[in-house]
Amino acid sequence: METLGYLMDGFGVALQPHNLMFALLGAFLGTLIGALPGLGPANGVAILIPLAFSLGLAPDTALIMLTSVYAGAMYGGRISSILLNIPGDEPAMMTCLDGYPMAQKGKASEALAISAIASFVGSLVATVGLILLAPLLAKFALTFGPAEYFALFMLAFATLGGITGKNPVKTVVAACIGLMIATVGIDNTGVQRYTFGVLELFEGVDFIIAIVGLFAISELLFFIEERAGGGKEKMSVNKLTLSWRDIRDILPTSFRGGVLGFIAGVLPGAGASLGSFISYTLEKRVLGKKGNFGQGDPRGVAAPEAGNNGASSGALVPMLTLGVPGSGTTAVLLALLISLNITPGPLMFTQNADIVWGVIAALLIGNFLLLILNIPLVGIFVKLLSVPPMYLLPIVTMVAFVGIYSISNTTFDLYFMVAFGVGGYILRKLEIPLVPVILGLLLGPEMEKNLRHAMDISDGDWMILWDSGLAIGLWVFAGMGLILPYIIGPLLRRRMRNPIETGNSDSD
Amino acid sequence: MTFNDRIFGVLMIVLAVAYGWAATQFPEPFGGAEAVGPDTFPKLLAVVLAISSLYLIVRPDPDNAWPWSRTGIELVVAIVVLILYAMLLQPLGFIISTALAVGTLCWRMGARPVAAYLTGAISGVVVYFLFSFALDLALPLGLLSFLEMN
Repeated sequence: METLGYLMDGFGVALQPHNLMFALLGAFLGTLIGALPGLGPANGVAILIPLAFSLGLAPDTALIMLTSVYAGAMYGGRISSILLNIPGDEPAMMTCLDGYPMAQKGKASEALAISAIASFVGSLVATVGLILLAPLLAKFALTFGPAEYFALFMLAFATLGGITGKNPVKTVVAACIGLMIATVGIDNTGVQRYTFGVLELFEGVDFIIAIVGLFAISELLFFIEERAGGGKEKMSVNKLTLSWRDIRDILPTSFRGGVLGFIAGVLPGAGASLGSFISYTLEKRVLGKKGNFGQGDPRGVAAPEAGNNGASSGALVPMLTLGVPGSGTTAVLLALLISLNITPGPLMFTQNADIVWGVIAALLIGNFLLLILNIPLVGIFVKLLSVPPMYLLPIVTMVAFVGIYSISNTTFDLYFMVAFGVGGYILRKLEIPLVPVILGLLLGPEMEKNLRHAMDISDGDWMILWDSGLAIGLWVFAGMGLILPYIIGPLLRRRMRNPIETGNSDSD
Repeated sequence: MTFNDRIFGVLMIVLAVAYGWAATQFPEPFGGAEAVGPDTFPKLLAVVLAISSLYLIVRPDPDNAWPWSRTGIELVVAIVVLILYAMLLQPLGFIISTALAVGTLCWRMGARPVAAYLTGAISGVVVYFLFSFALDLALPLGLLSFLEMN
């Protein structure tokens, strides 16, 4: 009941006209970002953060807009999966399996509409889950001491690669690099660390610059290497003929997908890709012979879409309640929170209740907006698919430059951003994941602070780090997060690849 | 020879050692030493990085192909363009530098030169006006500052 009251207050915040306007803008931009080639959700949100700053948006408005972008990007990713058999982002991979065959049968707009509805249902289910679970988890997290937090951060890093991650050691290397960059600057005892006397480094490395550089600039370099210059041929979709029956048929599937996706999103190490994979395979198994999965079954479109949208809402749970993001995009949203001077974590639910609940309410409203945007306006987004990357990426890079420049009006930041971009490109070539670098940058100061507090409490006894049952549990999970990918990873990866390869050979 | 996990691992170990050594050189904070000083966390990181880099050297992943030939040159060109863009943003002004930078990037990525520089110029003008009128943010005008109206 208490939750309901907060939620009503949240609606009060989210329904203010200017917030509603920015939510709509965010939803539109998000779908655009998800649909456009070479502009993933994390990348898109990152580029928009500096702009949100230089616009001088209020914290709640900025957060509402970027959460809508985040939700919208998940909708947008499906468009190129269905029409081109190229996933717009990684979680949309499974949508290709039945979406593309449907499009080939001349039912592209039905597939797009069904996936929009499934995304909506999945998100809605997961947002309700978020509303129920987040306050509980936040209350529980209040019992965490500094030692537990330190262990929790370790868990976050260890599971970041995900169960399907290739080489956990590379995640560790990446996390170390990020944490090391985070130590640059004057620490809270007043000692200068790794500043080399450079004035600009005294306050540390601005993680917004690092994130934009790592994502946006390295993406440009990657595209140049792959020479993906030309655009796709012009796309057109047929006229939509969707009956109420078709919608009713996919509702149970979407509902199940949403629940599974939500669970996958909340759990560390799973994420949206696994969410859509699980809901697709489960649906295939449940319906078995009744469906014609892989040949354009509408439920095969609905299941993964509901799954990945459910997971993206679920992933907000650990980010909001513990301050520990589980994915690249939620890490970028965390960056926004920190730069708005909001300390994420359980206290946020009491200290910044209006913002948290405003964002949650905005997520609900955003979903309705997205459903409305995505069914009639899908034609516009489809046209955008044919924008050639050779024009698009330089412009995106320019927007990144403008955003970073407008934060402080200095060119030093721009050099820094380019340097991060080149570094990001090299790391990506070595298959070293960038998300742990960013997480290290974001969590570094908090991690060190908690280590310090724990040591102050125990008077320098390192045993305090694994002194409570909770802390031990977190350490065990962290250890499993690093070891399990070696055992289950290859197996699961093969299984995720198999249906896709067979799916492709069927459709060719 | 190619830049692979092994070489990266060696570089990271060098970084870890340098980083860890620098941490031992920190002055003692005002108010005396504590259980966790400014150097503790960095030292911890140095050790973890050194161990995991060692693993990369012992068991590296298969190498990825690096684009050394023509594409490599294109990459260097792109990076140089980005650096020049940052350098010339203030002296040349936003519109001109954007037209040049975006245009060159589009052109090098395969667009026809005229279309490329036209894209650059149009996007520069549009973003400039969007920023200065709709969003009320000042971007440098540079060479075009004689157009400035007060």
